[in-house]
Amino acid sequence: MQQLHIEANQLTKRYGSFTAVDGIDFEIAPGESFGFLGPNGAGKSTTMRMIAATSLRSSGSLDVLGLDANDNGPAIRAQLGIVPQADNLDEELRVWDNLFVYGRYFGLPRKVVRQRADALLDFAQLQQKRQARVDALSGGMKRRLTIARALMNEPKIMLLDEPTTGLDPQARHVLWDRLFRLKDSGTTLVLTTHYMDEAEQLCDRLVVVDEGKIVAEGSPKELIRTYSTREVLEVRFGTAKNEEAAGRLAGIGDRIEVLPDRLLVYDDNGEQALTAVGERGLHPVTSLVRRASLEDVFLRLTGRSLIE
Amino acid sequence: MTELLEPQRDREQAVAEYRRVRRWGWWYVAEHRIRSMRNYVGSLFIIGIGSPIMYLLGLGAGLGVLVNQNQGDNAVDGVGYLEFIAPALLLAGVMVTAAQESTFGVFGGFKWTPIFLGMRDTALTPAQIVTGFALGTMARYVPAACFYMIAMYAFGIIHGWGGLLMIPIAMLLGTAISTAVMAWVSTQRNDRGQLSFVERFVMTPLTLFSGTYFPLETLHEGLHWVGWISPLWHTAELGRLATYGSEQTLWLTVVHILYPVALAVAGWFLSVRHFTKRLTS
Repeated sequence: MQQLHIEANQLTKRYGSFTAVDGIDFEIAPGESFGFLGPNGAGKSTTMRMIAATSLRSSGSLDVLGLDANDNGPAIRAQLGIVPQADNLDEELRVWDNLFVYGRYFGLPRKVVRQRADALLDFAQLQQKRQARVDALSGGMKRRLTIARALMNEPKIMLLDEPTTGLDPQARHVLWDRLFRLKDSGTTLVLTTHYMDEAEQLCDRLVVVDEGKIVAEGSPKELIRTYSTREVLEVRFGTAKNEEAAGRLAGIGDRIEVLPDRLLVYDDNGEQALTAVGERGLHPVTSLVRRASLEDVFLRLTGRSLIE
Repeated sequence: MTELLEPQRDREQAVAEYRRVRRWGWWYVAEHRIRSMRNYVGSLFIIGIGSPIMYLLGLGAGLGVLVNQNQGDNAVDGVGYLEFIAPALLLAGVMVTAAQESTFGVFGGFKWTPIFLGMRDTALTPAQIVTGFALGTMARYVPAACFYMIAMYAFGIIHGWGGLLMIPIAMLLGTAISTAVMAWVSTQRNDRGQLSFVERFVMTPLTLFSGTYFPLETLHEGLHWVGWISPLWHTAELGRLATYGSEQTLWLTVVHILYPVALAVAGWFLSVRHFTKRLTS
């Protein structure tokens, strides 16, 4: 059997009396694309820093590529590609120089660094910007450059902490495309996100994290199947009337969630549920039938929305 | 591209690369700093050449003439005023440059352009980052010191091979200042104006009270301690010994060497400790 790339048992991180990560267990196999899904402050980034061995765990165990993360920081990071939540490119250097100096930090000879920097500029679709100043790049370009930089050492594992937060939809799609290519090439991807569509697109398997704990684990499909119906009907009656309408809809679908601005009716057949709503003499201002997503899973598990 | 992104690399090659980082990581950091300096190499060049010419001409043709006239046969160390102050001027310039680079470079490296956070995510250790940064700083003040030294030869202020020793002496002072300043700056999380205090209230008094423009003995006895704690005074005394062979007891020469060395070592250890704390949580 192939050695696991990452193995955590009862992994815990405390800052004084605050427990950021509370005894979590997970395993990540080589080539897997694994996600931590949860709201801000759930402990995702702390977990990522512990995997990168830049944050030491308080208790439990954490092995990365067969090495104890608390004792082997530099040796582990030599084989990781780290994309932090906030870009930390050197804005005093040009695009190509950023790749060059970073590649050197992994002990690569100059010739190899030059070759890889050129290839990765192609990969990141930044070849035309090679001599541009970093502060002149758009947010999406900086993110792609950060990803290209993290690939300079041909990492076994890529850690991506909220890779597309703050990007516009088009930039997100370009970035996802690059990450798909990485996934196809067999690189292990570990990412955190609070976007359910990102998790669904990129992750083979994920854990839902809330308040430092893992509340569910599985593939996106499995999680949706286990914790939600196939479809969801969203109806709006107006802010003041949603609560009252919910009472009159009792019995339609498997479950009804009342959100401040809308009602969610969980039913495998959304259209049928909408007809049932009409039959009870209720006429929503707007209605929408959609497929269930990880957002619904999160809502079911925690009673809260992912993006608050 | 597929080949480039192939994650299963030859293990031996990976081990060799990691060993190279363990050995040479500090050099890669210095290399990064030097590459950044290429952006403003023109201004460094102009300042490097202009500064010694201005100081040496100004002080030699103006204040120097006056001091020499008044001193007559009682000149300090038996040399002209310019010979006396030139080594200290070179070193004062080195001190200010090293302090500036270490103050704003280190603070900026954590906050403004967080290059240290980028370095942290690689195979580098905090000790390598500190060493490399101090070495990279050298790339700013050593060329400036060389220009100064060449100007001193050109103006006929120094003769013989002894003047070449000004460069290692400058490196000793620069390292002591860099590491000491880094050790403090790396503990500063926010800039509330305290960073510019280093230059105004530490470097300037050290320059004024470290026997740069006059012998330390001229100062009131109560202020001699400033010279003794100042690496500038110790290294300026070494510079005077090297350039014109000032009279000095052997034990004092040893103290003048050991004090900046001790400061550099202590500053390095403290910097590594603070960087480690700042870069890991």
